Amino acid sequence: MNDTTSSNNADDKQESFISRFIAATEIDPRLLGMLGALALIWFGFHFYGVIFNNFGAFLTPRNLWNLSVQTSSIGIMATGMVLVIVTRNIDLSVGSMIGVIAMAMGLLQVEYLPQFVGLGHWSIWMIAVVFGLVFGTLIGALHGWLIAYREIPAFIVTLGGLMVWRGMAFLSGGGRTISPVDPTFALLGGGPYGAVGATTSWIIGIIACLGVAYIIYSGRQSRIKHNFNLRPMWAEVMLALVGCATILGSVVLVNSYPWPKGIVRQYGARIGQDLEGTFISHGFAIPVLILAAVGIGMTILMTRTRFGRYVFAIGGNPEAASLAGIDTKWVTMKVFALMGMLTAIASVIASARLNSATNALGILDELYVIAAAVIGGTSLAGGVGKIYGAILGALVMQSLQSGMVLIGFDSAIQRIVVGMVLVFAVYLDIVYNKRVKK
Amino acid sequence: MTNKSTPLVELKDISISFGGIKAVDKVSVDLHPGEVVGLLGHNGAGKSTLIKCLSGAYNAEAGEIFISGEKVVINNPRDARDQNIETIYQTLALADNLDAASNLFLGREIITKSGFLDESKMEAETRKIMARLNPNFKKFDVPVSALSGGQRQSVAIARAVYFDAKILIMDEPTAALGPQETEMVAELIQELKKQGLGIFLIEHDIHNVMKLCDRASVMKNGKLVGTERVKDVTEDDILSMIILGKNPKDKG
Repeated sequence: MNDTTSSNNADDKQESFISRFIAATEIDPRLLGMLGALALIWFGFHFYGVIFNNFGAFLTPRNLWNLSVQTSSIGIMATGMVLVIVTRNIDLSVGSMIGVIAMAMGLLQVEYLPQFVGLGHWSIWMIAVVFGLVFGTLIGALHGWLIAYREIPAFIVTLGGLMVWRGMAFLSGGGRTISPVDPTFALLGGGPYGAVGATTSWIIGIIACLGVAYIIYSGRQSRIKHNFNLRPMWAEVMLALVGCATILGSVVLVNSYPWPKGIVRQYGARIGQDLEGTFISHGFAIPVLILAAVGIGMTILMTRTRFGRYVFAIGGNPEAASLAGIDTKWVTMKVFALMGMLTAIASVIASARLNSATNALGILDELYVIAAAVIGGTSLAGGVGKIYGAILGALVMQSLQSGMVLIGFDSAIQRIVVGMVLVFAVYLDIVYNKRVKK
Repeated sequence: MTNKSTPLVELKDISISFGGIKAVDKVSVDLHPGEVVGLLGHNGAGKSTLIKCLSGAYNAEAGEIFISGEKVVINNPRDARDQNIETIYQTLALADNLDAASNLFLGREIITKSGFLDESKMEAETRKIMARLNPNFKKFDVPVSALSGGQRQSVAIARAVYFDAKILIMDEPTAALGPQETEMVAELIQELKKQGLGIFLIEHDIHNVMKLCDRASVMKNGKLVGTERVKDVTEDDILSMIILGKNPKDKG
């Protein structure tokens, strides 16, 4: 009744363009805010470089490609952390889990499997990955069981896990660095060989564009069928164009980053051709494609399935969820098992990228993962969180960090800045939420 | 009259205790189709606890539950729903971060053939039932935390009514409502009664009890004081049952 009175004020005309735009496209204003922050960081670092170092290193294909690879591991875990935090829990153990899973996979492919199937056997990487995924899922399920069925607070269980799994990683490897990993396994970490090349990148980009168009079209059809309000046509077209432009733009970007000369020469020698001076594109890195697949899968899980609905319901009101017949304990255990599996995927990428498994792998990752989820709009009070937000949050964190490395800030200053940004981002979110409630 | 037929619900000698205190002590009540039975008593008298044994939120330690003459075991809210028992809790039991449709179908989502949530169908169904219950309701795409008390109440009621309940439990459905909305709930109760539902109504307001209920069961300190047909007693009789724990019939 009273909501018609607020918007008919002549003074509002100024700001109403933006609010009309947001209303028509139904874009979450927080998404725009995050993209704005990202743009600020990217251009800020780039022009800082231009002005003080006479070279803007940030907005180059090479840096952005590396940035995308560096974001993958944290981004994948952050999507799982969204579910954990949405159900009013926390997982402090993911960094240590990365270490112990990587160590297990490393020992398996370097020391155990070669004894049985022979060194360099084609199945080694698959067995290692499957083992890692199962191991991670089991660790997560154990955490989930202790939290849901034994009612130990998640903070305590995973704080214990943080120490236990790091200790296990050290014990199982005897403090050694396990290296090198299986060559096929190493491709999962990116690098020139761990990227899909120009043609495949274009194919992926075009399929993704068709996907965007289909989602927008079918969404509109479904609204027409049920007589719901439609987005204006210009908004639909614009969303499709912006979506496709982003996708194709990133294809152009990753394709304009060539293999280094040494790798080209090495590759040429291997296939017996002289490729000297040939431009070979990287294309999308495999870990980035894994992140994209995880992001899409997790988004579908959270927004289109009963499981996702129950996760949100438990976060919003655990008592109501259980009165509605939801088995909240079982859902909680599954959330942690899923977190464990995603951590295992991140562990594959991290150890493959490093081409080794070390005790220190993943130290402090839990904090970056939690920070990414929170910067991406996940509320620690539970019930609210978005998968794409967490991935963008991871990108923001990683951009800050690699930007500071590029302009030569040392790691102490990096931590200070990242810490302050985390607090500031959450403060902005609180301010925004208060304004929306009014 | 109806008392001769098989009751829709019969709770027999239900007992449950918390930390050594008998919250409900051997209480028996029954409910017939098309009947509204009021449950009255002070705070802590055990009304809500008793009714939660029927809705599956609590498990009774002793006693039996019969639905249409058949003994049933209700261990959790899902079992209760399977018996077509729907509950409107005093707290409404809504997930504040979800919209009306998500709350209405919580735990019973409509899914497509491929196993995904059918959001549009659920929203369309929600619009239909809300158009019947509360025609002014327009806020379908916001979380229910953004709704007024009355609107939230109508979402909770819609959830109970939508799934063809045979037995409806209403725990103080009008406590948070203004006079106009209270009137709406009263009309709804009359309508559901005509459709043959049995309704347990937990209510503090004695006027509402006299107006809406056919019978009233009064509890005090976990025990049943008595069950009387509302037509046979006065407001004062019921009040004395609530306050003194005495059945007017015993007077003499």
